[in-house]
Amino acid sequence: MFLLVPIVIISIFSFSAKQGLVDISASWVLDNYIRAFDPVYLSVFFKSMGIAGLTTSICFLIGFPLAIGIASAPKSWKPILLMIVVLPFWVNLLIRTYALIAVFRTRGFFNFSLEWVANLLGIPFEPLILLYNDAAVILGLVYIHLPFMILPLYAGFEGFNKSLLEAASDLGARQFKIMTAVVLPIMAPSIISGCILVFIPALGSFLTPELLGGPSSQMIANVIERQFLAANDWPFGSALSMTLIYLTFGALALRYFWLRRRYFGSKENRP
Amino acid sequence: MALCCTIVFLYAPIIVLVIFSFNDSRRNVTWHGFTFKYYEKALQNNNLIEAFFNSLSIAFFNTLFSLILGTLTALLLWRFRFSYKSVYEGIILVPIIIPEICIGIALLVFFKLCGWPNDLPWPLNLSKITCAHILFSFPFVAVIIRARLATFNLAQEEAALDLGANHKQIFKNVLFPHLKPALVVSSLLAFTLSLDDFVITFFMSGPETTTVPLKIYSMVRFSVTPEVNAASTILLLITIALAAIAIWIQRSWVQEIEKP
Repeated sequence: MFLLVPIVIISIFSFSAKQGLVDISASWVLDNYIRAFDPVYLSVFFKSMGIAGLTTSICFLIGFPLAIGIASAPKSWKPILLMIVVLPFWVNLLIRTYALIAVFRTRGFFNFSLEWVANLLGIPFEPLILLYNDAAVILGLVYIHLPFMILPLYAGFEGFNKSLLEAASDLGARQFKIMTAVVLPIMAPSIISGCILVFIPALGSFLTPELLGGPSSQMIANVIERQFLAANDWPFGSALSMTLIYLTFGALALRYFWLRRRYFGSKENRP
Repeated sequence: MALCCTIVFLYAPIIVLVIFSFNDSRRNVTWHGFTFKYYEKALQNNNLIEAFFNSLSIAFFNTLFSLILGTLTALLLWRFRFSYKSVYEGIILVPIIIPEICIGIALLVFFKLCGWPNDLPWPLNLSKITCAHILFSFPFVAVIIRARLATFNLAQEEAALDLGANHKQIFKNVLFPHLKPALVVSSLLAFTLSLDDFVITFFMSGPETTTVPLKIYSMVRFSVTPEVNAASTILLLITIALAAIAIWIQRSWVQEIEKP
């Protein structure tokens, strides 16, 4: 009997979003969804996807060499290095964002050190405005999501057979060729996992654009929040957040189909 | 080299934050000498103390209930076959996958529709936040317990049955000791998740029910002062201590598996 309780609780919770949509508007209208595809909101969606995409690519560019570095480190070093990468993940999101604000604000430590260097060199210095723009949001997102990218990549490299590299270079492949023809195809599943793990939370992030972004760098989560708390338009907010959920599941589905095609494809190719 | 740069990038802001919580200056940029002044100030801030106790009690109840719920779910999924089991497994993972903000607003709507009363006496006024926290932390508990259950040797249970133990005794003397490290790790995880959550709590809280992250958020929006640094450092230390315990236990667990 008590084993049924979690099922009931989850089913209530998992349907509550839809119930809210129906109960408030009391009819199955698509108006809210149509409004969600209004150019204004569509541009917010595209902007959020762009920011999340850029974050993912930057995380990948930083995380890839780092994961190789950790995986090829001496064995006694590995747990320590991994620990160093993972530890910030346990630190509160808010505190990390706040730390970024303290470092990068106009009168913060970054500008302060730049000013110090400039004074040493005798160059006139203007403090840079680093916060409250899109670049700051992307910086914050990269800062927060980097461990999510490094861990799956590291796991992938751990299972990587290093004699393949030797074989490729014995056969006369150059570094770049080895990378594109050997390493990337084998690593593709973990790369995709890492990208998904960064992209999904980055897409739905709320706190980072709220604190680091300016008025023009609102992401979709901020728009949803405003629909609920400020504009008090709950059905429309629900429609927007359902769209966000669909996007999330879309990203997951893409990964699933890609993996399945790859899996079956390799089976068929075998003689 | 790249590794060093990244580590600096990851840690420098946090370390600067901690160091400058001891700084004896309001402007927070230049170093003016070591002081505990802002810790005292933070500890005398009644709102902050209240938020801290709210956070701790939410985290406590969340840990308790999500541990029970998560363990039951894991046992259910491990022990029984039933129709739509894979669907159920998928549904459990939903709170982990979908964006936090969607959970937040879904719960907001849900509680509004139930007409959940807002002005209850003390532990109950936190019930909304606690329920929300249980919802997103018990899947993590279930996943961890399930991984541990997968290493359980069923022959042990049969042996216990053969030796005349009843189901209660088996659970107490055979299964529970096996699950203990996983229970400790997942309860620490649930505690930290609850202590750290901002987005979902943001939608659940009322004027009477702030938690530490919410309080810090409102302080950050107001201004950047050493007091915020001090409050953040306290929260940071608690989380890191919990994480360290969890990792330490997990390591002994891994060694135990690798031994035979």
